[in-house]
Amino acid sequence: MSAPTEAIRHRGLRFEEPLIFEQGADGRTGVDLPDPPEMRDRLGGLAREAPIGLPGLSEPQVVRHFTRLSQKNYAIDTGLYPLGSCTMKHNPRLNEKLARLPGFADIHPLQPESTIQGALALMDRLAGWLKALTGMPALALSPAAGAHGEWTGLMTIRSAHEAAGDPRKRVLVPDSAHGTNPASAAMCGYEVAAVPLNGRGRVDLEALKSALGDDVAAFMLTNPNTCGLFEDEILEQADAVHEAGAYFYCDGANFNAIVGRVRPGDLGIDCMHLNLHKTFSTPHGGGGPGSGPVSLCAALAPYAPVPYVVEGPDGFRLVETDPSGPAFGRVKGFHGQMGMFVRALAYILSHGIDGLRQASSDAVLNANYISAGLADLMSLPYEGPCMHEVLFDDAFLKDTGVTTLDLAKAMIDEGYHPATIYFPLVVHGALLLEPTETESRESLDHLIATLRRIVERALSGDADAFHAAPGEAPRRRFDETAAARRPVLRWRPPATEDRAAE
Amino acid sequence: MRYLPLTDADRRAMLASIGAPSVDSLFGDVPESARDPAFDLSDHAGEIEVERALGALAARNVPAGSVPFFLGAGAYRHHVPASVDALIQRGEFLTSYTPYQPEISQGTLQALFEFQTQVALITGLDVANASMYDGATSCLEAVNMALRVTRRPRVIVSGALHPQYREVTETGLRYLSARLDRQPPDFDGTESLADRIDPETACVVVQYPDFFGRVRDLTPLAEACHEAGALLIVAVTEVVALGALKSPGEMGADIVAAEGKSIGNPLSFGGPYVGLFACRERHVRQMPGRLAGEAFDADGRRGWVLTLATREQHIRREKSTSNICTNSGLCALAFAIHLSLLGEEGFSRLARLNHARAAALADRLDTVPGAAVANDSFFNEFTLRLDRPAAGVVDELAGRGVLAGVPVSRLLPGESEAAPLLLVAATETTTEDDMAALEAALREALK
Repeated sequence: MSAPTEAIRHRGLRFEEPLIFEQGADGRTGVDLPDPPEMRDRLGGLAREAPIGLPGLSEPQVVRHFTRLSQKNYAIDTGLYPLGSCTMKHNPRLNEKLARLPGFADIHPLQPESTIQGALALMDRLAGWLKALTGMPALALSPAAGAHGEWTGLMTIRSAHEAAGDPRKRVLVPDSAHGTNPASAAMCGYEVAAVPLNGRGRVDLEALKSALGDDVAAFMLTNPNTCGLFEDEILEQADAVHEAGAYFYCDGANFNAIVGRVRPGDLGIDCMHLNLHKTFSTPHGGGGPGSGPVSLCAALAPYAPVPYVVEGPDGFRLVETDPSGPAFGRVKGFHGQMGMFVRALAYILSHGIDGLRQASSDAVLNANYISAGLADLMSLPYEGPCMHEVLFDDAFLKDTGVTTLDLAKAMIDEGYHPATIYFPLVVHGALLLEPTETESRESLDHLIATLRRIVERALSGDADAFHAAPGEAPRRRFDETAAARRPVLRWRPPATEDRAAE
Repeated sequence: MRYLPLTDADRRAMLASIGAPSVDSLFGDVPESARDPAFDLSDHAGEIEVERALGALAARNVPAGSVPFFLGAGAYRHHVPASVDALIQRGEFLTSYTPYQPEISQGTLQALFEFQTQVALITGLDVANASMYDGATSCLEAVNMALRVTRRPRVIVSGALHPQYREVTETGLRYLSARLDRQPPDFDGTESLADRIDPETACVVVQYPDFFGRVRDLTPLAEACHEAGALLIVAVTEVVALGALKSPGEMGADIVAAEGKSIGNPLSFGGPYVGLFACRERHVRQMPGRLAGEAFDADGRRGWVLTLATREQHIRREKSTSNICTNSGLCALAFAIHLSLLGEEGFSRLARLNHARAAALADRLDTVPGAAVANDSFFNEFTLRLDRPAAGVVDELAGRGVLAGVPVSRLLPGESEAAPLLLVAATETTTEDDMAALEAALREALK
């Protein structure tokens, strides 16, 4: 399938790149493999007859194609990525190197245990660190990502309630929660009820107390919360939750603000997932893979899913099934995201407890520095110091004709990835900035100066320019409504004359 | 500390401009009783020390590539071209987030659109999403989608579905109103699922090739499903098979839930892998997960955006089609690059080569006294029936430096019929010498 090459125009280092399907030629390949021998096949009479329609390209073409595509992405490696709630910190390359050691990358999940003792030891060691850092006695390693960890944690909670003969129906979730929280609760068969915030951006304690009851299975809290604030009444919340016979679930997406300084177990948390791809720097990879281990209190520990690692006289062993025991089942194929475990442990050992504590401290310091640098120009919905991220609302844009979205797109033209926008839902026109600890002071100063310039422009009445932004990116704003109305989700060959005539 | 740019002078100056006396003061909202507990954990370490510590752990494992190796059962060892790993380590791919801002994420979005197209093509279905966690969770999501589409409660699961796919599906349905009709293990390939379909049936879940390696024509089952208004879900654990076999879509599958690891991704002890999810166009609004779609910008230029987000958790919360957020983006990219390198010719050749190696291995092992190939059909993996428990034989062979396969009893504990069965896989990485070593070791062990 040949591309409409005459229509393609590159500009300097900005390349226009057609789809891989528009570049192929029959008979070309980028992998040399030996000729399979002629033989009678054993495919049960189901050998494929029709061609698949994959394009043929050589290695240099494929390498150039994906290199050019990569150049159309913003990334941590190219600049500060202040995407609140996502923790876009530096991804150390040592971790990549170690995950690729054949002793980790080239072992099969079902090899005899005698041949994978190092892998099980690594899982045990990582679990040991995570248990110590969260102050909780048990850990399920297998969940594949944060939302998967939420579901796993809630399944554990539900299994504990069921085992106690007390199945409960509802899960309480604050208005400010990540969308995954209610979605995970629904996947466990729970009804979801919302708890409002108070005027200080924290959960309203009285509202929580009145929402609690003997049909509530769990309260799900993010702490530090999605407004970037520490829940200062968390001990009282925990008491109320436990008094109602419910479990206290913590969404650990923001654990990076407090790791090494605060143990969630000391706050009364019973169950918490960790995003290894946030707090412990495993790369986000344009949307995963993640890893979402779940810390558990003693009461929940017996209900943890399989598999888990145990240490015995002959070394480490994997418990893969628990047909008669209390484990609630299996959440994923095999044993979890081993490649992420290696990276996370490398990160943890590199930092050590002193470095982890310093990282949390610097993350919080950096966010407060941004807050202080912008507070006079932009509007902060809540008073007091923030944790690892700072939340602005759009009151400062009132009557300018510029929206939060416009401001975000203007950041692109100034060389930045935008902040998280319109989340959390509890403040109007939210703009959530998370610098992380891996930014230098100079880098923060540049971001502050840039944002000040953008905001001053907005206040001086330059709305049309904002609506047109971005102009400097590989693409301008898309018509996303049209894209959703008639979704085109795959490439199809252009209609041939025959088909067009049909 | 090498990853932390702030100096003590920076910290002092920053605190001054914040107007805070200390960093500790920024943590004033933390209850006093929970502040700064003592940890008995080690301090920071340089690259040399960390490399040494993790290198020592890696050295205690036996890498598949260091011995004759025949394990499969849902994770197959394939060669990954060097350029795949080089490209996915480009920082612009590795260190970017989910492409929420399309203007500066066209690289990831276009690659996902290409990935979706590749998955749709090889599965023979209309559309595919931007990936799930792995094959097993993709299978559960497929069942959940079938429950939504049909609004019926009953799920029939084949006894030849990978036991872990079945377990994950069971777990997922445990507290929902669906009813699972789980068939006993189909050791001899005689189960008949079409007879079990009734008007309550939402879907039937089968594997292709099945867990024991057999290849079955699914067309009659698809017809039976469709006659009753149910969906056919086809799980594929070895996606390379689709280079040699008729596609599930061609046979009438409504949803394909596959493990994509074989293309572009290392074994990595079971994860991270990449779940493939493909379905018919008419069900697209019930799909789970992210979707990249074509769009046009303000200048009319073609590009890509994440689309149909109103299905997803960040918009729909408890009413979303799934809770999935982070998926397997980078593994999907590796898949897309590897399959782009292979192309039509390479993919087909790779599949035929896998089949040829497995056929040669089956012929060899069938001659070993005490061992018999149980399959009439297979792709690159088959079941070997031994005259004694396979688990012991596998351990014995591991002691002789041969990783012989996966004893079925490991995945189906408590099933006495599983005991003598050994799953054996061969791929393009299997050599004649490997096969000879397995044959010799097996002859010795079964004496």
